[in-house]
Amino acid sequence: MKLRHLLSIVCGGLWLIMSLPLQAALTIQITEGVVGAMPIAIVPFDNSTLKSPLPYNLSDIITTDLGRSGRFAPMPEQDLIARPHDGSAVRFADWRLLNMESLVVGRLRELGGARYEVQFQLFDVFKGEQLAGYSIAFAADDVRRTAHRISDLIYEKLTGQRGAFSTRIAYITAIKAADKSREYRLSIADADGFNEQVILDSKQPLMSPSWSPDGEKLVYVTFESGRPEIFVQEVFSGERRRITDFPGLNNAPVWSPDGRYLAMTLSKTGNPEVHTYNLQTGALSQVTRHPGIDTEPNWSPDGRKLVFTSDRGGRPQLYMVNMSGANKSGQPQRLTFEGEYNSRGTFSPDGQRLAMVHGQQGAFRIAVLELASRNLQVLTDSRLDESPSFAPNGSMIIYATESQNRGVLAAVSVDGRVHQRLELQQGDVREPAWSPFSTQ
Amino acid sequence: MKTLSRLSIVLLPVMLFAGCESLGTQEGATVEDRGTIAEGAEGAEGAQARGARAGTAFEGHPLEDPASLLSQRVIYFDFDSASIRAADRPVLQAHAEYLAGHGAATVSLEGHTDERGSREYNIALGERRAKAVRQLLLFQGASPVQLETVSFGEERPLADGHDESAWQQNRRVEINYKTR
Repeated sequence: MKLRHLLSIVCGGLWLIMSLPLQAALTIQITEGVVGAMPIAIVPFDNSTLKSPLPYNLSDIITTDLGRSGRFAPMPEQDLIARPHDGSAVRFADWRLLNMESLVVGRLRELGGARYEVQFQLFDVFKGEQLAGYSIAFAADDVRRTAHRISDLIYEKLTGQRGAFSTRIAYITAIKAADKSREYRLSIADADGFNEQVILDSKQPLMSPSWSPDGEKLVYVTFESGRPEIFVQEVFSGERRRITDFPGLNNAPVWSPDGRYLAMTLSKTGNPEVHTYNLQTGALSQVTRHPGIDTEPNWSPDGRKLVFTSDRGGRPQLYMVNMSGANKSGQPQRLTFEGEYNSRGTFSPDGQRLAMVHGQQGAFRIAVLELASRNLQVLTDSRLDESPSFAPNGSMIIYATESQNRGVLAAVSVDGRVHQRLELQQGDVREPAWSPFSTQ
Repeated sequence: MKTLSRLSIVLLPVMLFAGCESLGTQEGATVEDRGTIAEGAEGAEGAQARGARAGTAFEGHPLEDPASLLSQRVIYFDFDSASIRAADRPVLQAHAEYLAGHGAATVSLEGHTDERGSREYNIALGERRAKAVRQLLLFQGASPVQLETVSFGEERPLADGHDESAWQQNRRVEINYKTR
């Protein structure tokens, strides 16, 4: 009995060390304006029947989520003219006077055994109609996740587009110690920067995290042996395995949309070439064959195209090749002609756009190329932007930049109108990879 | 035997760097002569001559002689380029000759880039730089088994800044002797 008690303390302690979330390790600031955002009032949910308050306030999280999407302008809490908790108490005329288009009300109740239930309703203020009403049961340590689910439901109802608030980001942090040695970390966090968990650390560089399509694994590059190797790691168990350690480069791994292959850059032939790798058989297929640099492959969402960076034309530019399964079919075609440097192309979830690092006159920015029109739009205006990654609903692009001599993450809406920055407490943050939608 | 004599030709300047005591004064005099001749000859020969003069004063391993070209272990590059600058060729020739003369010596050639552009492209660029140095060392007498290359791209900068002076220090290949 005593031993068991002790064990549970030890195990509990270990669990704490391993998964202690660094609260608000990333703080998000909207740095540039939101024009034409939809006014919405979110009334704090009634929690008067709870014996003790929840660790987080649901309506605060929902307000922040919707606000940082850039599509909504939530009313500040102090401006709320009334605090109804269900539809029968709502006087729509009052909210109409304030030009609110939507209203969210709700209440919380205890289910016992550290479980709770939230009931909420979303209203169209002008029509005075309920657009959605849900009740969701959740555990005390799932408050944030539940709030993000509610944000997703509201976002989808009002924009017609699936919300991405319940997704995660993976990223690399480099921390320089006083003795100038560096520590490299691979972390995952909620899309709002909370619940950071370090899933790998190393004294040698870590690079290029990329999610599996089911969101349960990450593939990345580690230099822990002194040379680059590609590993796949289960996000939840931490279990991992080495995929390749060929002589030369083992770099730039990305998953195919069907989850069966990786595309990667190997230089075992003497030169960096894009290859595909069959995760089941280990079979390799060489995609590029050129004495220049070919790297940074990225699959189109339908798996039928691969975009990559090549300097075969003298400077790095994006090229695209058709794929038939793991094999190329046909010759690569050059995609980018504007700017001296275009690299790290990544497809939007609908396959109609490519985000990239766009270098012109010494500044490196994030740009988006419309594939149909070949129209290129530069979205950012700093000088050291890199590693663009689309939100799974295509609404935002997260990327790495430099601010006050530190590597930070930033996000921009796909139309370039909404800019936000995610500040980390320490180190240089880089290489953000936005997860796919959760399959759970 | 034939191999040995060929080796000694290559070795000669290397021994001079070492200021090898057993060679005696006569050998030392030869050095001075070569040095004098080298003044008017091409740059690479002149480079050896400087090493030789220092050799008489410096006691220790030739790789540690601060006056020797061998003490230069970093080669710098232009942006998005793997071309070896003319000024660095004598340095690489000195290393190639040292390696040719010390069959057991091995080096790791570490390619690095500045932070601009994308990280994975920079890894490939760093490898290209390391391989450019490797190619020149091979051409000048080093053996493939003595040389390995690895690229760290922009992941391990020497200088932390975000301006051209930091970037120039970071665009480099480091010649790291693993065995001497």
